[in-house]
Amino acid sequence: MGKITGAQMIIKCLKEEGVEVIFGYPGGKVIPLYDALFDSDIRHILVRHEQGAAHAADGYARVTGKTGVCIATSGPGATNLITGIANAYMDSIPMVAITGQVGTAQIGTDAFQEADITGIAAPITKHNYLVKNVEDLPRVIKEAFRIASTGRPGPVLIDIPVDITTDLIDENFKVDISLPGYKPTLKGNLKQIKQAAKKIAESRKPVIFAGGGVISSGASDILRKFVKVAKIPVITSLLGMGSFPETDQLSLKMAGMHGTKYANLAFTEADLIIAVGVRFDDRVTGKLSEFAPDADVIHIDIDPAEIGKNIKVLIPIVGDAKIVLADLKSEYEEYIEKKGIHNRDQWLSRIKKLKEDYPLKYDRNSNKVKPAYVVEKIYELTKGDAIICTEVGQNQMWAAQFYKFTKPRTLVSSGGLGTMGFGLPASIGAKIGRPDKTVIDIAGDGSIQMVSQELSTAVTNKINIKIMLLNNGYLGMVRQWQQIFFKKRYSHTCIYNSVDFVKLVEAYGGVGFRVKKKEEVENTIKKALEINNVVLVDFCIDREENVYPMVAPGSPISEMLESEMLEGV
Amino acid sequence: MNHIVSVLVENKAGVLAKISGLFSRRGYNIESLAVGPTDDEKISRITLSVNAEEHSIEQIIKQLYKLINVIKIQELNPSNIVERELILIKVNADSKTRPEILEIVTVFRANIVDVAKKTIMIEITGNSRKVKGLEELLRPFGILELVRTGKIACSRGSKS
Repeated sequence: MGKITGAQMIIKCLKEEGVEVIFGYPGGKVIPLYDALFDSDIRHILVRHEQGAAHAADGYARVTGKTGVCIATSGPGATNLITGIANAYMDSIPMVAITGQVGTAQIGTDAFQEADITGIAAPITKHNYLVKNVEDLPRVIKEAFRIASTGRPGPVLIDIPVDITTDLIDENFKVDISLPGYKPTLKGNLKQIKQAAKKIAESRKPVIFAGGGVISSGASDILRKFVKVAKIPVITSLLGMGSFPETDQLSLKMAGMHGTKYANLAFTEADLIIAVGVRFDDRVTGKLSEFAPDADVIHIDIDPAEIGKNIKVLIPIVGDAKIVLADLKSEYEEYIEKKGIHNRDQWLSRIKKLKEDYPLKYDRNSNKVKPAYVVEKIYELTKGDAIICTEVGQNQMWAAQFYKFTKPRTLVSSGGLGTMGFGLPASIGAKIGRPDKTVIDIAGDGSIQMVSQELSTAVTNKINIKIMLLNNGYLGMVRQWQQIFFKKRYSHTCIYNSVDFVKLVEAYGGVGFRVKKKEEVENTIKKALEINNVVLVDFCIDREENVYPMVAPGSPISEMLESEMLEGV
Repeated sequence: MNHIVSVLVENKAGVLAKISGLFSRRGYNIESLAVGPTDDEKISRITLSVNAEEHSIEQIIKQLYKLINVIKIQELNPSNIVERELILIKVNADSKTRPEILEIVTVFRANIVDVAKKTIMIEITGNSRKVKGLEELLRPFGILELVRTGKIACSRGSKS
């Protein structure tokens, strides 16, 4: 048997896991690894900052369902990944992050570029490894991919000291994985599912609450089929958008702080919530004690720790959303065939009325460039078929409100961590994962400046993403809070004129447009979509436009603030 | 309410840190903790004593289960366990007080493990109440040092 280096073994194992692309940045302690990568046909995307690598791997994972992979060197390289790893952890995204580490003999000596990255990353990884023996590499890498991609997905970090990557190992060395404590429950308890089917059939005012778990388990299809049979309105979380077509009559879009008023009112009036792959985040529930006061909850989740964490659950079902929903559908069909269901026409007409009474709105007659208008035009011109990435803040909420998501894995947005600067690198990863799709980053001028160096990554690698920058010269969401809750004291949120974004993208070799007039919006988006390059459109939007409706922090979601300006419109 | 949680984990570097880290970041307090390998050297047992509400202890156990290196968790029913803690107490003892201390030690079935001119070291094993009782009686003599192992516990009967 021939001997290979640890670095070569790492690449061999990554190939075996089916890795096609790695996002990374070299450095001292990963030179041997990069040397081995040089001989491999795995594609490597050189980012400009390690945070970009983690976000790109995240974006890639969200659109493909595969495990995203990123590499950074020891010390600062590894710590720069941290925000990206935390982001993936909060949104349950499968990711394997490989970091270089100082040599095993130097660990703990405060060596140059040493950081205890497994210690730092422990709270934000599903699991992590510090490899201390070259013969552990094949097992650890196999385990890492298994853990990252199964059960409730999440990031796994593998920290590899440099001497491990130069040590020799038999080319065919193999050890079986050993995970005695890791057995995710996939199939739901049938007794509970039967109970749930009965409860649903007896409910007069049910709603389905679908989250990211529906998308990550590939349950969108079965959800649609179940809804077709059961005719239950569907509310989603931000991460659940696309799990159910928002063009459907039964879709109530997103609930929560900036969700639709009709979704929030449907929650408030419902007698049953069938929650699938959601975790009842505070941004959704608002004041917990007044959330869905009349509703019993059936909670389906693969992570038992999510069930009963925030709200009381009547019927818990631990399992994979896709498998449980399939079982639930057949149990439900069987039940109603025998016993029938309560008539829900009244509830469905109530839902219809709520949708008619409280549509999402903005001042359509305004001559200014309204962000909602821009997002609607993006929806129209992409025929709803693009992958939409967002930054975090107002841009994110406008994108969520005014684009209609109809397919899973088409919204790439930082939900749990709320990471500004996520969208640009994530859209790079998304475009690599789905080169056949138009990939758009709906951005804000604050967020994009946190990561604008990644424009270089996009242009030099010909990753032709389209950045639709909703530029208001403010850190807009914070400014909105300051306006409403802090007496308009705009402390450090004005970033007007911070850079000429058109020149910025041009400096990197991309194409830039500026839109100051409403009538230019449509044509410019068209042009941007046609150009075979990275394009940034700088939309100079109405500067003090706010995101409405809005639930004030600490309020119940049934109490929503609306734009006072909209009266009479 | 006090709960005793017995956790079987893979005996690997860093596992204890992962467990204690989980407690602090989820906002729970560990009252006492004892760790050691089981009869299978690849597996360690961590016995945790935690003060928490019923709902919290459920969350703690669920969150612990999410740690990949955790194999099994048992919440022990306090009415059906043998619970032990070992304590070493160094206490002031001169020729006048020594007989009285020795008497207390005998009553508690504790052991003298070191005698010096002005001090005595006592070892006691037992459940929290017994250990606490001895501690209280020795306090007036002046406790110089007190070292405890943390609670360990095992359920009675054939159930493992």
